[in-house]
Amino acid sequence: MIFEQWKGFVGGDWQENINVRDFIQKNYKPYEGDASFLSGPTERTEHLMTKLNRLLELERQFGGVLSIDTETVSSLTSYAPGYLDKENELIVGLQTRHPLERGVNPFGGIRMARSACEAYGYHLSHKVEEEFTYRTTHNDGVFRAYTDEMRKARHAGVITGLPDAYGRGRIIGDYRRVALYGVDVLIERKKADKAKIGEGLMNADTIRQSEELFQQIAFLEKLKEMAKMYGCDISGPADTAREAIQWLYFGYLAAIKEQNGAAMSLGRTSTFLDIYIQRDIDRGFLKEADAQELMDQLVMKLRMARHLRTPEYNELFGGDPMWITESIGGVGEDGRPLVTKNSFRILNTLYTLGPAPEPNLTVLWSEKLPEPFKKFCAKVSVDTDSIQYENDDLMRPIYGDDYGIACCVSAMKIGKQMQFFGARCNLPKLLLLALNGGHDQLSGTELGPQMEPYAGEYLDYDLVMERFNLYRQWLCRLYVNTMNVIHYMHDKYAYEKIQMALHDTEVERFMAFGVAGLSVIADSLSAIKYAKVKVIRDADGYIRDFETIGDFPKFGNDDDRVDSIARQMLCDVSDELKKTPAYRNAIHTLSALTITSNVMYGKKTGSTPDGRKKGEPFAPGANPMHNRETHGALASLNSVAKLPYDKCRDGISNTFSITPSALGRTEEERVDNLVMLLGGYFRQMAHHLNVNVMNRQQLVDAYNDPSKYPNLTIRVSGYAVNFHKLSREQQREVISRTFHESM
Amino acid sequence: MTGRIHSVQSLGTVDGPGIRFVVFFQGCPLRCGYCHNPDTWDPAGGEATETGELLRQILRCRPYFGENGGVTLSGGEPLLQPEFAEELLKDCKAEGLHTALDTSGYRLDAAAERVLDYTDLVLLDLKMTTGEEYLRYTGCAMEKPLRFLEYLEERGIPVWIRQVIVPGINDNNENIERLNRLLAGKKCVKKVELLPFHKICAVKYQKMGIPFPFDIYPAADPASVEQLSKLVIF
Repeated sequence: MIFEQWKGFVGGDWQENINVRDFIQKNYKPYEGDASFLSGPTERTEHLMTKLNRLLELERQFGGVLSIDTETVSSLTSYAPGYLDKENELIVGLQTRHPLERGVNPFGGIRMARSACEAYGYHLSHKVEEEFTYRTTHNDGVFRAYTDEMRKARHAGVITGLPDAYGRGRIIGDYRRVALYGVDVLIERKKADKAKIGEGLMNADTIRQSEELFQQIAFLEKLKEMAKMYGCDISGPADTAREAIQWLYFGYLAAIKEQNGAAMSLGRTSTFLDIYIQRDIDRGFLKEADAQELMDQLVMKLRMARHLRTPEYNELFGGDPMWITESIGGVGEDGRPLVTKNSFRILNTLYTLGPAPEPNLTVLWSEKLPEPFKKFCAKVSVDTDSIQYENDDLMRPIYGDDYGIACCVSAMKIGKQMQFFGARCNLPKLLLLALNGGHDQLSGTELGPQMEPYAGEYLDYDLVMERFNLYRQWLCRLYVNTMNVIHYMHDKYAYEKIQMALHDTEVERFMAFGVAGLSVIADSLSAIKYAKVKVIRDADGYIRDFETIGDFPKFGNDDDRVDSIARQMLCDVSDELKKTPAYRNAIHTLSALTITSNVMYGKKTGSTPDGRKKGEPFAPGANPMHNRETHGALASLNSVAKLPYDKCRDGISNTFSITPSALGRTEEERVDNLVMLLGGYFRQMAHHLNVNVMNRQQLVDAYNDPSKYPNLTIRVSGYAVNFHKLSREQQREVISRTFHESM
Repeated sequence: MTGRIHSVQSLGTVDGPGIRFVVFFQGCPLRCGYCHNPDTWDPAGGEATETGELLRQILRCRPYFGENGGVTLSGGEPLLQPEFAEELLKDCKAEGLHTALDTSGYRLDAAAERVLDYTDLVLLDLKMTTGEEYLRYTGCAMEKPLRFLEYLEERGIPVWIRQVIVPGINDNNENIERLNRLLAGKKCVKKVELLPFHKICAVKYQKMGIPFPFDIYPAADPASVEQLSKLVIF
């Protein structure tokens, strides 16, 4: 292929095949310097941002949703073009007709769309209702195939957060392909792939794939049409930096118009875009201030992305997140850092536009990152609490150097791998279920293998584990089967047409399982093993509470006695899941990540032997339980660093809050110490760290008077939120977390 | 060897350079009016801990130390258990770690000197600048820390001088001038840190059911302490 638009680029395999990685490797310019080259916001940016901030304030006053278009079903071309301020927008395209207006997307499930409208005082229009009367949604399909047991497990909350009523998400389209190749080349390649399938045996798998390719091609055509509505012809490659950003954004915009997936991540775009920006700077088309302006405008658009959710959804995944995760930095397989000036620019948007939770800026940390970049990241963390870190030295050997993070911690090769997202199972609740012989105290239902409740007065570790293992086997099998049903139906009724069009035709699939309450189960088993746990029964003989006598090792203190229990738990769950084959030969993966659902999971779980009382929240993700860390922050980090990524390939999330004074006396010391802290943690092959540098008192103030801190952004569990967008319960839980302080 | 430990802080960033593992020793002979760790006073309190166990914990944090960080013994007063402190620091030096000793300098004898054999940096509290105030507010004669400083100068052991600034007592230029005179010509002094008096520790006193002697003084404003710092010459 030869295109005029490629002038000045170094050629390679990327010109013959769809190979964005090759294009990046051949053309990017690593930047080893510091942040001093950066520009502030332009007048135009400030003007747009003032406008957007006014709308955001209105959205807040309206209870979180500015408006809903109830007449239109969201898709690529169903809305006329919309603008924030047409004259001043360099990058255009809105999800709906008006900024922050939410569209309706009933493909995942009409009930969810309906109740979401009603929760905010709207009614889904007759037109949309009627259209979907004769249509099977993903949700309809799933509930046709669910077994009674699956429904019960879901209802009791042993497995929660299943994507069975909305888009599954966690798929990253390679939006860069739109910019590099233009849509016509992509269509042509997909057509060729489809023709090739027809030459072989047509069976259930190939017929499904063939139909999927048909849909992908149709939606690539729609993508062009959508861009045309905004006056852009994206059939060919992008010619300038502005076009590259615009083409790429159109790809992403199409995805969020089509899908209301739980996490709609962006991928790894900033270094790719740097190549275009650098070429334009070299050609004299752009100056640094213009380059920053373009990135600011892209980020502004990303900050305006919205999905319509129900209050129940928000209870699980608080703060109205989209997980527009952008992976920044990392190192190439040849050892050159993938840090460019544009890696700085995208982080700089937290200054030019102010702190915000989206996009979910994720730094891929490596020992080999240039020191000035490490320091800049640490400074941004200290100043804004808006970024997270994931270990590139751990992931690169597995995923290469062109992977991205979907959602919070899920790594995948961009355009080559995707995942079937699957919520999480509640381990502490499973322990209680095992002790009560398959009786769930909270819902009063019978679930799993039925037997007599645990008989003795005190819990014996070996006897408890014997029971627990039995129930774990039962749950893992049920969990995989449930996921198989969900993803079969999602493929059938809500297939991600545009996102998969921006993947290779042959993709590798993961099926991502999760655990909740890891530290609670570890501490509970530790209590049983090292202290004396006496059971307290109700009138029917079921165990409803515990009395724990004596001290026991607690996760988060770098104590192997309990850390090994947590580690073993992940190994056992992971191994057990793999025994049941996954839909479409997907590879089973596991995460310790709860998002904000740790509050909900806790609510659905009775008292546990670690001393946690009925209904109290779990710690998020892989975090130690709040305020049980008695040896300080590093001991806590060391405990989490022991958890095995090898068994937990979907990620191990750790959220870390420290007061500024505990990090150092001066700004300079804080930055240096944070760099050391991240280095030390990741050198031990830990996976992920969310960093908050703040005082608890500030959160308490924001809790009492939300209007005082409208933009307070904090990292929660793999993502960031506006504090005021969390529910009161979630806010209280965040406040109660450990803040590492100086003595 | 076993000693009495109040607690450890695996992430210390305010007691010496870089990231430090801080071991808080139990027991202190002084009674400073602003003490923020009154729970470390009683020499019989805390927990008996083996040096080997502490070293194990310290080494687990080595990945975070880098070139600047290391271990700090604080308290309480580490020199109240000199043999224990000596052995712990000796073990740390054998591992190639940077060591710091946070002390009031109340004692200088053969046992304390041996501790200093394994100390890379001393954090020396010079709590007041007049003998009268020293005795009144800490229960210690000012000659002791001054003699200690003299000794560090003789041996060429680097030292950071620290002083808590309490509004109404020593938040004045005269105090800093006196401090400058005390430190004049001391080559071993590498840094002088003025620390704003704060009252976060009031809850500890409440819990222990004892009065917080300096509760009557307001917390220091960090900005004014920063201003005072500019007057320090060393």
